Amino acid sequence: MSVLFELKNVVKGFVKGKEKISIFEDLNMTIEEGDFVAIMGPSGSGKTTLLNMLGGVDQPTGGEVWFDGERIDSLSEGNLAKWRANNVGFIFQFYNLMPMLNAARNVELPLLLTKLSGKQRKKNVETALTLVELADRAKHMPSEMSGGQQQRVAIARAIVSDPKLLLCDEPTGDLDRATADEILRMLQLLNQKFNKTIVMVTHDPAAAKYAKRTIHLDKGEFVEEELVA
Amino acid sequence: MFGLFSQIGTVIVMNIRSLPQRLWMSLAAVLAVSVVVAVLLSFLSMSNGFASTLDGTGSDSVAIVTRSGSQSELNSVISRDSVNIVSTAPGIATTTDGQPFYSAELYVVVDGIKKSSGTEVNIPMRGISRTGFELRDKVEIVEGRVFEPGTNELIVGQGVLGQFDGFDLGQEVTFGKTRWSVVGVFSTGGSAFESELWADARMVQDLFNRGNSFQTMRIRLAEPGNVDGIREMIENDPRLILDVDTESDYFATQGEALQGIVFFGWGISIVMGLGALAGALNTMYTSVASRSAEIATLRAIGFSNLSAFFGTLSESILLSLVGGVVGALVSYLFMDGLTTATMGPGFTQVVFTFELSPALFQNGIMLALLIGLVGGFFPAWRAARLPVITAFQKAT
Ligand SMILES: Nc1ncnc2c1ncn2[C@@H]1O[C@H](COP(=O)(O)OP(=O)(O)OP(=O)(O)O)[C@@H](O)[C@H]1O
Ligand SMILES: [Mg+2]
Repeated sequence: MSVLFELKNVVKGFVKGKEKISIFEDLNMTIEEGDFVAIMGPSGSGKTTLLNMLGGVDQPTGGEVWFDGERIDSLSEGNLAKWRANNVGFIFQFYNLMPMLNAARNVELPLLLTKLSGKQRKKNVETALTLVELADRAKHMPSEMSGGQQQRVAIARAIVSDPKLLLCDEPTGDLDRATADEILRMLQLLNQKFNKTIVMVTHDPAAAKYAKRTIHLDKGEFVEEELVA
Repeated sequence: MFGLFSQIGTVIVMNIRSLPQRLWMSLAAVLAVSVVVAVLLSFLSMSNGFASTLDGTGSDSVAIVTRSGSQSELNSVISRDSVNIVSTAPGIATTTDGQPFYSAELYVVVDGIKKSSGTEVNIPMRGISRTGFELRDKVEIVEGRVFEPGTNELIVGQGVLGQFDGFDLGQEVTFGKTRWSVVGVFSTGGSAFESELWADARMVQDLFNRGNSFQTMRIRLAEPGNVDGIREMIENDPRLILDVDTESDYFATQGEALQGIVFFGWGISIVMGLGALAGALNTMYTSVASRSAEIATLRAIGFSNLSAFFGTLSESILLSLVGGVVGALVSYLFMDGLTTATMGPGFTQVVFTFELSPALFQNGIMLALLIGLVGGFFPAWRAARLPVITAFQKAT
């Protein structure tokens, strides 16, 4: 398996007023293509910050972030946006659907950044919605759907442009157990059948069980855990 | 660059669909802009109408002679002798029976009651002769007949009829100790003369104790615009302390004093526009704040910050354009063609009609656009600068 992500000596801190908060002092890690990593750890340990740096929406203070042989931490704002459009699908805790667009239009959003024709886009949207078993809800507005359904629309949106990488921040944090399991099975399917590399932040040990491996973040350090068979 | 238009298009569609969530605030912004535009247009259409009334009043082929230094017809005096001398000047057209084509006229003020306010105002009354009618191009009796020379009869301009009480056909009116009967209504094609009462010059001289003097002399020019011959004669004859000008120049100068209306209108509109601008800024900052999660999410997906910028800017421009069009429509419905009288040259009333023109509309819409552009720019800038990690932050 080839290496997809490589973090070298990553330093990350925030300045809050006069105070400096250091989150990572020397973070090193690799994520291989096809991996499904769960990141756990106490609140404030830097899980979201790590995910943001992987997704190119936040920059490390020092060190390097490599993705598929390309260094992304030094890309310009515009190039990062392009890189995200080509390589990353995001799944958020609160789904972050556009309330004024129906399911199909929401799923179509990433495709507006591609050269696909309207017809092609429609086809891809259908495929993605079918994959998350919501083909019959294409015309529904987010407000007309349950949390689980909204998250499935969000997953369809994340995969519609076929990115290698899915980044999920507490994707089941707002869902009940049964619905959460449904979403997690879907992520597992995407990982196993479609070879998506998934990095998922979660507080829920049961959710972490769906991943191939779990990393514990504590005080900016990694504590690697057992590999799930 | 690719897909920028579809990105911006999508953002605009989303913004517009989410407008109902900010309905009252957006409506307030629209209303503010429409009030500003309506106010501006009412001032501009007023001065436009006023100017075109005065413009239409003056003719290029008629010269007006007044006493030197008199600011208006009202405080001008010309003696019979002066009239006779001037009438021999070169450059004066001749009538069909070979006489110099001029009209010596009186111009006095009488009291009238304004219909709209019930207040007493000055109405000009002109003592005029047969040639005075012929000299003016567009005079027409629209009702009744012309006054009989040597009688207490008068005719009223159409503008007077609409704006002032008591001048209906057949009615008797009293000015001081004199009594007059209204025997006709005349039109002059919308010029300021329509704000006047006309009667026989001799009768006006007698009843207003003017002896044998006049106030102005109107002269038909042999060659339109050319008053050189008359001017030369006046300058060379020490008995003649007079001014001469073409009527159109004379009224244009009088109208210029009212340019003040335009400046005042713009001044008020700009001050009010600043208020509307504050409203637009507030509305748009609120819009950006309420959409910040959406904006950040789109940016995370890979949308460019230009789409956030132009999406916000278009919303602002759309709102103020709607306001501008509403304001323009309101002023069109309520003001265009509205006839009123106001103080004209020499403290008499000039009846005129508000006149909106495409150029004025353009002014109104431009002002609305400006408010939308500036009011949207800074919030749009903020939208474009919104950190993408906002999308990942909890609890919105
Ligand atoms: N933009 C920021 N500015 C300043 N400090 C920040 C910023 N983002 C995060 N932090 C701080 O960095 C630390 C790590 O935050 P982060 O959100 O990564 O934690 P987390 O592990 O995701 O926590 P949680 O489980 O609550 O989501 C926290 O102390 C937080 O206050
Ligand atoms: Mg977090």
